[in-house]
Amino acid sequence: MGFFIAQLLTGLASASSLFLVAAGLSIIFGVTRIVNFAHGSFFMLGAYLAYSIVGLLPLGVLGFWGAVLLAALIVGLIGALIEFALLSRLYRAPQLFQLVATFALVLIIQDVALWIWGAEDLVGPRAPGLDGAVRILGEAIPEYDLALIVIGPLVLFATWLLFYRSRWGVLVRAATEDREMLAALGVNQRWLFTSVFFVGSFLAGLGGALQLPRESVSLLMDLNVIAEAFVVVVIGGMGSVPGAYLAAVLIGELNAFGVLWLPEITLVLPFLVMAAVLIARPWGLLGKPERGGHETLLAERPLSLPGPALKAALLAGLLLLAALPLFAESFTLVLMTDVMIAALFAASLQFMMGLGGMTSFGHAAYFGLGAYGAALLATKAALPMVPALLGGPFLALAGAALFGWFCVRLTGVYLAMLTLAAAQIVWSLVFQWREVTGGDDGILGVWPADWAASREAVYWLTLLIAAGGIALLWRFAHAPFGYLLRAGRDSPQRAGAIGIDVKRQQWFAFIAAGTFAGMAGAIFAFSKGSIFPDELAIPRSVDGLVMVLLGGLHSLFGPLLGAGAFVLLEDWISRLDYWRLILGVVILVIVTAAPDGIAGGLRRLWALLAPRREVRP
Amino acid sequence: MILLRTGLGAVCALALLFTSLLASELRADTIKVGEINSYTRLPAFTEPYKKGWQLALEEINAAGGVKGSEIEVISRDDAGEPGTAIRIAEEMVTRDEVVLLWGTFFSHVGLAVTDFAKQRQELFIATEPLSDALVWSKGNRYTYRLRPSTHMQAAMLAEAAAKLPAKRWATVAPNYAYGTDAVARFKEALTELRPDVVFVEEQWPPLFKIDAGATARALEAADPDAIYNVTFGGDLAKFVREGSLRGLFEGREVVSLLSGEPEYLDPLGAEAPEGWIVTGYPWYAIEDPAHQAFVEAYEERWDETPKNGSLVGYNSMLAIAAVLEQAESLETEDLLAAMEDLTFDSPIGEITFRASDHQSTMGAWVGRTAVVDGEPKMIDWRYAPGGDYLPSPEEAMKLRPAE
Repeated sequence: MGFFIAQLLTGLASASSLFLVAAGLSIIFGVTRIVNFAHGSFFMLGAYLAYSIVGLLPLGVLGFWGAVLLAALIVGLIGALIEFALLSRLYRAPQLFQLVATFALVLIIQDVALWIWGAEDLVGPRAPGLDGAVRILGEAIPEYDLALIVIGPLVLFATWLLFYRSRWGVLVRAATEDREMLAALGVNQRWLFTSVFFVGSFLAGLGGALQLPRESVSLLMDLNVIAEAFVVVVIGGMGSVPGAYLAAVLIGELNAFGVLWLPEITLVLPFLVMAAVLIARPWGLLGKPERGGHETLLAERPLSLPGPALKAALLAGLLLLAALPLFAESFTLVLMTDVMIAALFAASLQFMMGLGGMTSFGHAAYFGLGAYGAALLATKAALPMVPALLGGPFLALAGAALFGWFCVRLTGVYLAMLTLAAAQIVWSLVFQWREVTGGDDGILGVWPADWAASREAVYWLTLLIAAGGIALLWRFAHAPFGYLLRAGRDSPQRAGAIGIDVKRQQWFAFIAAGTFAGMAGAIFAFSKGSIFPDELAIPRSVDGLVMVLLGGLHSLFGPLLGAGAFVLLEDWISRLDYWRLILGVVILVIVTAAPDGIAGGLRRLWALLAPRREVRP
Repeated sequence: MILLRTGLGAVCALALLFTSLLASELRADTIKVGEINSYTRLPAFTEPYKKGWQLALEEINAAGGVKGSEIEVISRDDAGEPGTAIRIAEEMVTRDEVVLLWGTFFSHVGLAVTDFAKQRQELFIATEPLSDALVWSKGNRYTYRLRPSTHMQAAMLAEAAAKLPAKRWATVAPNYAYGTDAVARFKEALTELRPDVVFVEEQWPPLFKIDAGATARALEAADPDAIYNVTFGGDLAKFVREGSLRGLFEGREVVSLLSGEPEYLDPLGAEAPEGWIVTGYPWYAIEDPAHQAFVEAYEERWDETPKNGSLVGYNSMLAIAAVLEQAESLETEDLLAAMEDLTFDSPIGEITFRASDHQSTMGAWVGRTAVVDGEPKMIDWRYAPGGDYLPSPEEAMKLRPAE
């Protein structure tokens, strides 16, 4: 009995930490609709700041708690500043731009933290007065855990007061319900949003600062916490603070008891729960169903078939690419092979997001499935290269068919979150099923057959697959399938009324996108000779999103430009110190300067250079 | 804002221009070697390592280089990703025309480059990755490894653990290849020495995501006599804190892999656990003159004390200088010939790359942790030469795939 209670309390203490981070994320999302990837970075900043401040203040109870509050306040101000200077410019852009912008912030904050605090892990002091353990039913329970168990509900109560008993809270809730009406009533939303960001970041900073007595402060804190925070927010219901608490308790206890009975699958457990909740109750335990009108779409021009000039240009480009090995140096081919693989991957994601209107936060899963499929066929089944290359993507197809069937039943950010959960489940499976996948040791020796071993041959093969895949995707876009898909995206009701089975079209699009991503993965495995779980982890999915958005969400050429720009840029600047900071700044500049991506920027440039041409809005 | 954007753009452009200018300014009389490591993914370990090899590089070049040429290191960051590491390796062998590749930290990145080296027939000297597979099950004639592997360090600890009275053992290790290997090898070695021990509990927290309180309680519940710990970095700090709060380590022996390395021990400060049996690097207490000279030079150059990574980095550079010196030419085949049983002098004595399995005989220190004057230290330590914990050359060759 004592043991059971002790484990329960341990779970509750972790739940409180988790709740503080997730609550801020949930509040920010609920009001501003920003999926804030940088929230984990604010958590990390809170911990670093508290570490530094606690060293400056006099030791003792006041010093410690003063440092925690001060650190949280500073993080809140940093968050408000970032919202004011940067994110507020992006509210009118598609939601994904905000995601990419916050991802850029993650990169920047990483390097800034490295620069300020150095690389070594820092261990802060324990909380004065709470540095021991008490015996409860014979089991030792740390005093600080008990304090955390109290702090969680206290913060929950305080936020409830703030939202339901203050004028500010009334306005914020009104903004959540109907932004336009609130604006019409003369409320300055700019200020409201900035203050919401302040509160959300404050909570993240508080969560980080409160970790000081529990763990060492390190540069890995940001990404470690963000996935779990997303899980909690989704399970609880986006925008619901009590929901976040409930979900945090659920996950905290699941971890506490999971390690007793299922110590080897604690990685996948939270994501399984998240997937189950999303399937049964997409808006989360205490959330509300999403109403229309939140997603701000840019007015989009209908797709037009390429004219003769464009066709000629495309053909010329293709010929140029095909001739590249005749005059380019060897490494250019290696780099261009990477670019073409990335382009096919990004094009498949764009097909799903741009044409299908379905955002995926887990597209790398299908890239990885295709790669693992090909690698397993080549090594375990000892198939020759061509059958392995062709067979691999079927694993991606199967995965996309399975997960897509569940995902297309949801819309908007809930769909995106379910794709994330699906990707994490696949990732955990690949990571932990060592007998088959080799775990994180990966699968080695997936080299091309002798006839295709040279860099030129790999290059031409990749060109064939990538160009063929992209051409097929474009063909789909201009086929009736593509039109049905776009109809379903732009107006699901009207599309349904004329007899289009929108969900079915979306499911097909999901499968197609997954399969083509798998094709990119299969050739990737052969071009690198090996495959590892990293290729289907969250950062790779984010890379895909960055490519699509850099290129332009609503242009078929966008993914090509975006993938090229991303791979070349990364390869180029990763030679410099603090290259993540530079990459982050470059992404921010592009996101704010050209919200319709490089393709849109080129189009506007073209319009400027050729003003007499008719330009449709 | 516009000004800011233009300004940033200009800065970026200038930076790019500057680096490409630097890159093109090639000295004719240098030997280029290509180094790849996870500098941004885990700077806490790779930065001291870089400082180590830079020190050795400066010393070697100041003394005239090898065969009259200076060594030039092209060093790149793989961000902890095997795919990126392969691309960089491709660039190094095609564009930069390096004569050999070396480096890497993570086992999976190391394995990827190992496989690449075999495919492209280039020499690769893996410096830090610990995976046994690197030289055994996935080994090949192009790859050598410097650091003592998981197998060797686990065997060193099992030897010490066998002398303890403890019979009931529990293990805790991060749930990935390095953790599972380290536990499997320890179990095997300890059971061989002590058939009477039983393993009553194992915990597999996700790497860098340990729920330390729950894990400590789960271990406590099994009531073992002793614990074998493989967690490191931030996980270790959390585990130590939560474990000592809950009295997990009271009256129990703890045997802990790598925890004596300054990278992992120093951040714990005065809270470092006392009396744990660990492998590590007590640089402050090694009195050998050659080693003391290394420590002094390192402190002089970088104004900080060395870490385990510093020594690994320093020794890597010495190994590279040695192979370049001894090889008849810079062709891969000649380098490979020179690598066979290559012996070089290091601050910690002679190190040999065994021809049989391509593993070096660099060892590690085994001792107990203690807090001396508020600083965590290793005491009662001894140097365990790597060669003593390796299978015989004949057995080692059987562990490797036929070529």
